[in-house]
Amino acid sequence: MYRQIFHCLGAYKKYALLAPVTVIGEVILEVLIPMMMARIINIGISNGDVPYVIKMGAVMIITALLSLCFGALSGRFAAVAATGLSKGLRKKLFHQVQDFSFSNIDKFSTASLITRLTTDVTNTQNAFQMVIRMLVRAPIMLVLATFMAVRINASLAGIFLVAVPVLAVSLGLIISLAFPRFTKMLKKYDALNADVQENLIAIRVVKAFVREKFENEKFHNSADLLRAAQKKAEKIIIFNMPIMQFVMYGCMIAVCWFGGMQIISGHMETGDLMSFFSYLTQILMSLMMVAMICVMLVLSKASITRILEIFDESPDIQNPSASAVMENGSIVFENVNFSYGNDPQNLTLQNISLTIHSGETVGIIGGTGSAKTTLVQLIPRLYDVLQGRVLVGGHDVREYDLKSLRDQVAMVLQKNVLFSGSIRSNLKWGNENASEQEISAACQAAQAENFILSFPDGYDTDLGQGGVNVSGGQKQRLCIARALLKKPKIIILDDSTSAVDTATDSKIRAAFREELAGTTTIIIAQRISSICDADKIIVLNEGKIDAIGTHEELLKNNAIYREVYESQQKGVA
Amino acid sequence: MPRKMRDIRRPQNMKNTICRIFHYIRDYRIQFIFVLLGILGGALANIIGTSLLKPLINLYIVPWIGSEQPELSGFISLLVKMGTVFLVGVFSTYLFNRLMLNISTGALYKIRTDLFDHMEKLPIQYYDTHTHGELMSRFTNDVDTLREMLSQGLPQLISALISIVGVFIMMLLLSPVLTFLVVLMLVIMLQVIKYIGSRSGRYFQKQQAALGKVNGYIEEMIEGQKVVKVFCRENQVEEEFETLNEALREAASNANTYANVLMPIMGNLSHINYAITAAAGALMVIGGFLDLGTIAAFLQYSRNFGMPITQVSQQFNNILNALAGAERIFNLIDVPEEVDNGYVTLVRCTEENGEIVETQQYTGMWAWKHPHSDGTLTYTRLQGDVRFEDVTFSYDGKKDVLKNISLYAKPGQKIAFVGSTGAGKTTITNLINRFYDVPDGKIRYDGININKIRKDDLRRSLGMVLQDTHLFTGTVKENIRYGNLEATDEEILRAAKLANADGFIRHLPQGYDTVLTADGANLSQGQRQLLAIARAAVANPPVLILDEATSSIDTRTEALIEKGMDTLMEGRTVFVIAHRLSTVRNSDAIMVLENGQIIERGDHDQLLAEKGKYFQLYTGMFELS
Repeated sequence: MYRQIFHCLGAYKKYALLAPVTVIGEVILEVLIPMMMARIINIGISNGDVPYVIKMGAVMIITALLSLCFGALSGRFAAVAATGLSKGLRKKLFHQVQDFSFSNIDKFSTASLITRLTTDVTNTQNAFQMVIRMLVRAPIMLVLATFMAVRINASLAGIFLVAVPVLAVSLGLIISLAFPRFTKMLKKYDALNADVQENLIAIRVVKAFVREKFENEKFHNSADLLRAAQKKAEKIIIFNMPIMQFVMYGCMIAVCWFGGMQIISGHMETGDLMSFFSYLTQILMSLMMVAMICVMLVLSKASITRILEIFDESPDIQNPSASAVMENGSIVFENVNFSYGNDPQNLTLQNISLTIHSGETVGIIGGTGSAKTTLVQLIPRLYDVLQGRVLVGGHDVREYDLKSLRDQVAMVLQKNVLFSGSIRSNLKWGNENASEQEISAACQAAQAENFILSFPDGYDTDLGQGGVNVSGGQKQRLCIARALLKKPKIIILDDSTSAVDTATDSKIRAAFREELAGTTTIIIAQRISSICDADKIIVLNEGKIDAIGTHEELLKNNAIYREVYESQQKGVA
Repeated sequence: MPRKMRDIRRPQNMKNTICRIFHYIRDYRIQFIFVLLGILGGALANIIGTSLLKPLINLYIVPWIGSEQPELSGFISLLVKMGTVFLVGVFSTYLFNRLMLNISTGALYKIRTDLFDHMEKLPIQYYDTHTHGELMSRFTNDVDTLREMLSQGLPQLISALISIVGVFIMMLLLSPVLTFLVVLMLVIMLQVIKYIGSRSGRYFQKQQAALGKVNGYIEEMIEGQKVVKVFCRENQVEEEFETLNEALREAASNANTYANVLMPIMGNLSHINYAITAAAGALMVIGGFLDLGTIAAFLQYSRNFGMPITQVSQQFNNILNALAGAERIFNLIDVPEEVDNGYVTLVRCTEENGEIVETQQYTGMWAWKHPHSDGTLTYTRLQGDVRFEDVTFSYDGKKDVLKNISLYAKPGQKIAFVGSTGAGKTTITNLINRFYDVPDGKIRYDGININKIRKDDLRRSLGMVLQDTHLFTGTVKENIRYGNLEATDEEILRAAKLANADGFIRHLPQGYDTVLTADGANLSQGQRQLLAIARAAVANPPVLILDEATSSIDTRTEALIEKGMDTLMEGRTVFVIAHRLSTVRNSDAIMVLENGQIIERGDHDQLLAEKGKYFQLYTGMFELS
């Protein structure tokens, strides 16, 4: 499971290996120090050997300096390796998301994708850094310090045989008891944040209905639940320190007693007793450390799993090896069935067959949830059909290279997005190399040039993140201009003028008629006025084609169309 | 905690911030005193326990070396003493941790709820000028760092300071000469901390800036992922991302390096200190200036000395961060609340002999209770008469969004606003419910200056269905009940039927008890609007504001709910904003707005006859048929 993660280290793998190696060096040197101290006392003092004391003192200082160098190096290596890993993870995740099809994106929500790329990557980075430094350090320290203790005095080291299991079991118990409580606490924490978020978004509703007190009560309740959950979880964790201290102090007393007895009986020397205290601290501290790392790892496991879920998600639209060449802008649906969950029992589109000739203008109308958007999304192969096939320009969409298909099929999405940057840089998404004239022409057709030029900076106006500096209608017009710059064979407008007033809407359509005469145009609209002049109008109802015809034909023959029409025309003489 | 993105910003007014944090702890002051005692106990136990090593070795071990029958009673009683001291220490540690848990969770609860309560009272302007992310981070990042400080940082800092002082005193008592050596080492350590600390701070800021850029880019691109795909921009986007990603890696690896090396450097410096102490101590013993017990105890202390210093240096930064966060929290709490000087209130009433009499019972009749400066009270029947007199309004004090607007809506009339985006339609409704204030007397409600009406009561008398419908986590039923908390299930059902929402609600998995999540994401935009309409219906207000209430409902469904809407609007003053002219046709008066001015007014037929802008708009959709 972790192999994929480590794979993301790339060129930083050597740092990931160097870090534990240097840590081991540091630990070995560190463990030697108390032993040397014991020598100073045992040999130096008892013999009154001044040169020996000075020599050992110097050796100790050099050892500590070396250990310092190893320690600092390991810190550097671990930092480089861990940040290298997080870079690799972000890169791979980002790449993976770029490869995702619409249905992959739908499966993970946008918010969850963002969390995975930000918080989860940071958590993994921290956990990894911890592992290559601490998880190596602690067990080795444990082993070496125990070894040294046994070497000094095996019978005294027997104390650890009791102490270590006692501490290990109690720490394990604490963690296993606390962990589920922490999970619960995190849930409460999320709920609390959701509460805040909801209130921020809906503050106008809250105020309009004078529900501040009501919301306060709700929040107080969430905050209280969080407080209780936190208390419950941490109540257990706070036993960690006292138990650790208890075991350590217990060991100290035991060492004093048994060690003292051995010294008295001449089986041990005073210096050894002192170094024993040092090893005691090292052993118990490293045990504590192992416990802490385990907690961290378990907590970060959730993050790693979420990252792996993205790695393991295979893009369900595969690019064919060879691409067909698009002949014209014709579109044919042949007995198409489609379901978002690939579930034949729950079809969103049923048995759709239709032919659109190159250069035609087609309107699509239908109630909320009649699958208008779904239908058109099959044309640039944003989703794959379940059964049947969609032909564009004479070939099945699955035969085209995705890029060449989508370059020819421009789509203005219903939920559209502009990016931070200038108006010009956004428009150039349609065509990187568009000339000023081309940009201006596209904006004129989309009825956007007037308002763009009314801004002090014109085309260089900064849009801000998500295009916050323009109104809804202006945004829609920019999105249309952006799509026009592609000079596609087919253009699809998915309810793209809903925020544009009717007069401008009709001007846009007039411009389309004149300048995009050869382009197949598909318009999804709520307003009959937006589509009544189309060559052909498709009436969709609950995922099925109810009728196809011109405005006049449909008015005569189709009940749904007539109803929509009348609902929009009532009262007009 | 998730989403840990700290930025190092120093608190501006530390003293004030600390005082305010203690204000939250005030309720727990007795417990807090015990916490301090506990910390003191824990630290002292360690110091005193260690100090017993000296007599242990000097009095009970060394003199009896080689003796066949050592005298052990003193030895044992000293160990018992040691054990007792240590036990007290263990108990103190548990005690202060346990009490601190009470205090920190309690204080955080209070801070969170204060923050939230205050947030709810902030004026709408505040929300216009601050992003959600900014406010959210008060609740997440800032409260989290504060939590860590209260539960860990603060006790650790206090304990470390006590240890440093205590250990220093003990060392001084044991051997002033050796202590002098330790002080020399200490000076070096502090220099190292200072050097690394300032470097680390600088790189940390760089890392935060780079992280902000990367996260911002990720957010923007993933939110626009479908657009990226439609335009086949995957490669360009990945290239741009790579540049940002590498910049972050470099900054982060530097920042982490400095954070990582602090511990090993400090640890090993304290080893060097240990080595020097051991060697110097040994020489002193050889020279007869020191005994074995003293050097044993001293060595143990010098080991205990490095740790708290490292801790202080680490905690110090965290605490500064937490204080900066706390300051941001308090700054938010200090933002002035929405001002409400209104004193006219809404009361239930009945009519007796033509006089309006206040009552506690539900009568379906409401009146404005208006106290006057001369001590008299007048009651005005709530009817829903709204007048604007020459209202000019600007959000920023520069650009007028509304210019000289005058209008009146008699009780029961339906007034519509038509115009393009940005013409000022929504602003008018924002003034009626006093999301924004205009000068006195410009807007009157039932003849009363609305600035005199208490905001809560004013808003209670207005029902709103807003352009963006927001639902809350909870069941469908609860969401409808939001309009009127006292509504019975029957009333909710009636409101849902009226809004034509009953049909789809019944198709939901659990009907009216279906839990809606994340702003009603499992409903379509149209369905959400229907719920919002039902919510307004259940509120049963005399004045109704419909701001693009049906924009996401297709015209066929709209036609279906039209009857319901007609019933809903009957007998109420209604302000309608709509793009779709079909929705406003049957209004008593239609105002055509352009650039903040009313350019045409009249009913549908009059406006058509005028052949002005309205006529153009209306026939614009008709041009071809």
